[in-house]
Amino acid sequence: MRALLVLADGTAFSGTGFGAVGTAEGEVVFNTSMTGYPELLTDPSYRRQILTLSYPEIGNYGICRRDAESERVQPAALVVRALSPVVSNWRSDVDLSTYLRDAGVPGIAGIDTRALVRRLRDGGTVMGVVSTDAGVDVRVLRERAAALPGMGGCELISQVTCQAPWEMTEGLVDDEGRALPRPAPSRHVVAYDFGIKHNMARMLVQRGCRVTMVPASTGADAVLALTPDGVLLSNGPGDPSTVPHVVAAVRALLGRVPIFGICMGHQILGQALGASTYKTPFGHRGANQPVLLEVGDPPKAPAGRVLITSQNHGFAVRPGGLSTGRASETNVSDGTNEGIDARERFAFSVQYHPEAAPGPHDADVHFDRFVSMMDAFRAQGSAEGGASRRAS
Amino acid sequence: MPARRDLKSICVFGSGPIVIGQAAEFDYSGTQAVKALKRCGYRVILVNSNPATIMTDPELCDATYVEPLAPDVVARILEVERPDAVLPTVGGQTALNLAMALAADGTLARLGIELIGARADVIERAENRQQFKACMDSIGLGSARSEVCHSMDQALAARARIGLPIVIRPSFTLGGTGGGIATTDAEFQHLAQLGLDMSPTTEILVEESLVGWKEYELELMRDQADNVVVVCSIENLDPMGVHTGDSITVAPVQTLTDREYQRLRDAGIAILRAIGVETGGSNVQFAVNPKDGRLVVIEMNPRVSRSSALASKATGFPIAKVAALLAVGFTLDEIDNDITKKTKAAFEPSIDYVVVKHPRFDFEKFKGAERRLTTQMKSVGEAMAIGRTFQEAFHKALRSLELGVAGLEHDGITKAGGEPLAPTLPKDAVLERIAVPSPERPWLVAEALRRGAKQDEVVRATGIDPWFVAQIAGIVDETEGMRGKRLADLEDDALWRLKQMGFSDTRIGQLVDAAPLDVRAQRKARGVVPSMKRVDTCAGEFEAHTPYLYSTYERPFEVVEQGAAWPRFDDEARPTSHPKKIVILGGGPIRIGQGVEFDYCCVQASTALRAAGGTGFETIMVNCNPETVSTDYDTSDRLYFEPLTQEEVLNIVDVEKPYGVIVQFGGQTPLKLSKGLLAAGVNVLGTSPDAIDRAEDRKRSAELVDHLKLRQPPGGTATSKAEAEGLASKLGFPVLIRPSYVLGGRAMELVHSMDELRRYLDRAVAASDDRPLLVDRFLDGAIEVDVDVLCDGTRVVIGGIMEHIEEAGIHSGDSACVLPPHTLDLPVIDEIAEAARKLALELGVRGLMNAQLAVRRNRVFIIEVNPRASRTVPFVSKATGLPLAKLAARLQCGATLDELELEYGPLDRPMTRAGLGHFAVKEAVMPFIKFPGVDTILGPEMRSTGEVMGIADDPESAFYKSQLGASLRLPTAGTLFVSIADVDKEAILPAVRRVHEAGFRVIATGGTHTFLTGAGIPSVRVNKVREGSPHVLEEMAQGRVALVFNTTVGAASVKDSFSLRREALQRGIAYYTTIAAADAASRAIARVAKGTLEVKPLQAHLSSARSGHA
Repeated sequence: MRALLVLADGTAFSGTGFGAVGTAEGEVVFNTSMTGYPELLTDPSYRRQILTLSYPEIGNYGICRRDAESERVQPAALVVRALSPVVSNWRSDVDLSTYLRDAGVPGIAGIDTRALVRRLRDGGTVMGVVSTDAGVDVRVLRERAAALPGMGGCELISQVTCQAPWEMTEGLVDDEGRALPRPAPSRHVVAYDFGIKHNMARMLVQRGCRVTMVPASTGADAVLALTPDGVLLSNGPGDPSTVPHVVAAVRALLGRVPIFGICMGHQILGQALGASTYKTPFGHRGANQPVLLEVGDPPKAPAGRVLITSQNHGFAVRPGGLSTGRASETNVSDGTNEGIDARERFAFSVQYHPEAAPGPHDADVHFDRFVSMMDAFRAQGSAEGGASRRAS
Repeated sequence: MPARRDLKSICVFGSGPIVIGQAAEFDYSGTQAVKALKRCGYRVILVNSNPATIMTDPELCDATYVEPLAPDVVARILEVERPDAVLPTVGGQTALNLAMALAADGTLARLGIELIGARADVIERAENRQQFKACMDSIGLGSARSEVCHSMDQALAARARIGLPIVIRPSFTLGGTGGGIATTDAEFQHLAQLGLDMSPTTEILVEESLVGWKEYELELMRDQADNVVVVCSIENLDPMGVHTGDSITVAPVQTLTDREYQRLRDAGIAILRAIGVETGGSNVQFAVNPKDGRLVVIEMNPRVSRSSALASKATGFPIAKVAALLAVGFTLDEIDNDITKKTKAAFEPSIDYVVVKHPRFDFEKFKGAERRLTTQMKSVGEAMAIGRTFQEAFHKALRSLELGVAGLEHDGITKAGGEPLAPTLPKDAVLERIAVPSPERPWLVAEALRRGAKQDEVVRATGIDPWFVAQIAGIVDETEGMRGKRLADLEDDALWRLKQMGFSDTRIGQLVDAAPLDVRAQRKARGVVPSMKRVDTCAGEFEAHTPYLYSTYERPFEVVEQGAAWPRFDDEARPTSHPKKIVILGGGPIRIGQGVEFDYCCVQASTALRAAGGTGFETIMVNCNPETVSTDYDTSDRLYFEPLTQEEVLNIVDVEKPYGVIVQFGGQTPLKLSKGLLAAGVNVLGTSPDAIDRAEDRKRSAELVDHLKLRQPPGGTATSKAEAEGLASKLGFPVLIRPSYVLGGRAMELVHSMDELRRYLDRAVAASDDRPLLVDRFLDGAIEVDVDVLCDGTRVVIGGIMEHIEEAGIHSGDSACVLPPHTLDLPVIDEIAEAARKLALELGVRGLMNAQLAVRRNRVFIIEVNPRASRTVPFVSKATGLPLAKLAARLQCGATLDELELEYGPLDRPMTRAGLGHFAVKEAVMPFIKFPGVDTILGPEMRSTGEVMGIADDPESAFYKSQLGASLRLPTAGTLFVSIADVDKEAILPAVRRVHEAGFRVIATGGTHTFLTGAGIPSVRVNKVREGSPHVLEEMAQGRVALVFNTTVGAASVKDSFSLRREALQRGIAYYTTIAAADAASRAIARVAKGTLEVKPLQAHLSSARSGHA
């Protein structure tokens, strides 16, 4: 089946369709990971985006449903160079094309994805349309693509956040889905779900945390009413400057409970601490982004260490405006901000994905840091509590 | 942290001669390392016995010792140079072993020298199998069940516990030498004994067989801040059971989920930390069970390796350069990424193409060798290809192999050296055959599929992952769908699909019965043309400033400009408009007869042209060998990593529109292309193709020699058996016979009788069909001479004259040779120079010419003329200091010798001992140890893989060093065994006498014993093997023989002494099969008995040579 990808500037790639029959629109972005398409496809941060994979051979190991990072396929469409004719992996449940078809997501294969990537790199990300509909006309798609509003100012969190609080009990599992041994839960983390990748919660469960997911609209008091030991601000799609109410809630929580922000969570914490955010030309999407720890948190995260990180973001924090805390980590390749350390307010955040899935595990130390911070906060609290009792 | 300032001078160990398992990749890595260290301001001292290396070019290091990589010799160098540190991690296993020996014997501690890159305890932990396994256990990583054994009894006990099949791995051997898989008890006993014998520590690992598991490799780097990056992941197409050097390998991994891949990555990082690799590159090999994902660690190498060279070329990340910088204190985030110029080395390359490496075998050189591929590496070289899909890269790799294959055609089976498949053979029989790994297996797999085998049947038979089988099946299906079609029938869409799958024009031509150039014309007319893409380390995320390019087929897309839609390709070549762009064609995969020497020439050519004054030249390198310096992205202005085929070269010419193309430096590979390129209107630089033909065509060259009134041995050509027999009896035996079209003396034989001739004709004619045979009178007892000359059409400079030590009849590539000639008289030398001069001028050579001559009773005969760079060019350049290939490149691009003299100084070098002041001996290095069952006797067919040079002020020391460089330590005491053919008896006497006088005991077989007694040399008679026990083989096996002189005449005596030669090889006993070599050895022994060897850097040798000349 013939398929078309048309960009807002009129550029048109003609290829072969797979997955669902239909037409989808979104921001065309590229990811340079060489493994992990099943995880990428279920990352809610790709909502309303057309995901281009720069690695050309895709679908080789099919889809293992257990590797999903959320309940559904998130991108609007998938763009690849070559779709595997077979599936080769003992854990695979279904082939990629069938998986996308069942999810109603169209795919296009056989186009010069490197040309597309280079275009996005040089000209920045653009809006686009993918269509696998029979007899579709490129001129119609050009008009449609040109009319699409950009991602700047686009609020998407409300589309992906959970509707009601729920508890995540699943930790890390082995290849066959059996739970890995883990300590009994002794801390309670409330996770703001801005479109959370489940592995964040799994990493915390694995470290002895009970994790309650709450909708993005949950107010600070409602969070505190859940008596959390810590609050996780998750990743999520869209423009971080469109959710001032969430920023306000986080500001209200600062200092009252340890906070750990990831990706969108980092951008929201940054705003809560006085910084602003901006849209980058084409973002960071891949599993090879080097991040230098400038402040550090020894022994596990000493200053000077470079972590290879998994990333997926189109917006970034301009740390100059921080009124509290400091820019703590920097991208080695382009110098952009990668982390904020406001330990005096028991808060820190990273722009990248320490939960990996897909990607390297170098940064999982941040979950340990978060756990330590919660324990330190609790210890301080009981010490203060003890002091105040003596004073009374 | 910046570079360490407490270090001032660093000694780098090279890897020595090219052998199987240790090839040109260590010149590539070593050259990168020494350049990087020099740029940091260190005094760099290099030790490497291999003259055919860029790293040993005297201008690269401060002191270059072309000396044997033996602990005692290197210790002396370290005493003289007193470096602060030694970098042992860029010279392969040889350098690591050398460093370990110098650490163990206390030399490094005594001289206060630090090992940088890898400490001794780290090397020990990584290489000692027991320690390694214990280390893996300590970090919770699985390894195969195994036991370390030091005796046969231990081995048998281990085998009982582990069961069959079982793997035997000797410790501390190169490329797995002496290892293998045993499926029976008899095989086990044989391999275990062999392994114990070959291991320098008499240690083997007996291990659970993981045959059929998926095999992976990671290339990692770690810096002193404990940052670790994975540079490249590699998946082997051939499952466990085939040495990774013999496997088709693919980067990046194709069939692992992220979950599985990250498990490998975590394990790799944990291993580097646990083993304690503080800085530099390491390679870790894993096996994954396809049934349940179980991960097992196979081994790790705490150094740069063949795989790291591949990984560097595959990703654009220069591992060896970065490793050298890390070793002196930099961290990854302080090192710039040369390709993007913006980013740092602290990242993990992401690639948006597929890389396939395919090994190149040369089994036809080794009669009697087992062709089955095992855990012991047997390939002699490799080609790498880049494509946007696996199918495209795989196809490109196949046609890079120089086997004459265009793709997966049926003929590939025989072209890869395999037995033909009967057309009626059913698929089940084919499936049985593909179960055994062999060089021809890719073509057999395709054939099995063509004959109706199901993909899962192929998977079961071979253990190859279903994904790869599906890719091959896709290629086969595509060709089956083209049956009966003509070129004109192919629609645009079909042409695009074929080209995107990597089908060559030649292969498409085969399928639609059209000439390759017609396919080319047709597809160009329809706009089906390649796009050039850049290797950029980052999958397009940052701009690539380095033109490291590959071709691929991508369909056009449409852009809208000025209200209209236009088709557009994204071609990243961005050719410059430089007026003098020169394309240099490389040598392709290394194979016997086409070695690293040609890559050396290509690199020198590029270097010289880039450095030329005035507007200079822009150089564009084309090659497909990942091991080499030529394919480093900064050797030339632009690099195309492409197969050396007419199709690909013409594609590049279309894009670059160069001034000219140089074909003279890459050996036969580019020369073969010159006619086609010329016909396509390409400006082929240098000596005219007609002159090349005149020299290479047997008939025309004979006329040329006659015309110049020079002598040549009588001979002729024969097109039938009868003709050959008639010719031979007219010329008189012995005759030298060979097919007319081969390189490296393939199928060439010295034939002593009509019986032998008939046997040869039965074999060779079957192998070569209707091609003519060349039959020459053999000049027995003649001295063979090689001459390399430079010529600009009007003036000739003699680059060097080399006297062979082995007499005529031994292939020049396998013969040791001496420069300057050590026995020839001055008038003979002058006559040789004059003959070469006449030939070069008559042919109108522009650049290099090599002539082979023979001197018999002071009469000079012309044997062969090659108007191109020969494999002796690097040796001559090192021995004389005259950069032959650089000068030749300039000559080809229009300079004259007089002009070059102004730039390079006087070009004429002294050709005699008095003038040069030193002697250089080149010795060939043979791969026999890898091929059990193969006779080691030298002959007219070349079989050496590499070379070493010994250089000293006297010829005896130079010879001794050349032997030591080739891993043969001449004994200074012990027993000499002599067994000499009657015709040689008189001639051997001086050599035997000399060794006897040096204090050796002499034993000899009956006839020789009688003869020696008559000549007054005392000896003890010993039985030949067939005379019964106690015989000489037993003496050798018990370690009671230190040196052997054994000459043979005729097939029977060759066969008789076969077992002696194999025994000598296994035990490292010096064994000489020619009078001349025995003589040279005896002189060297006498010389060494008198005093120690001196070591001197090349720079000192050459400056005294130059001043001697002035």
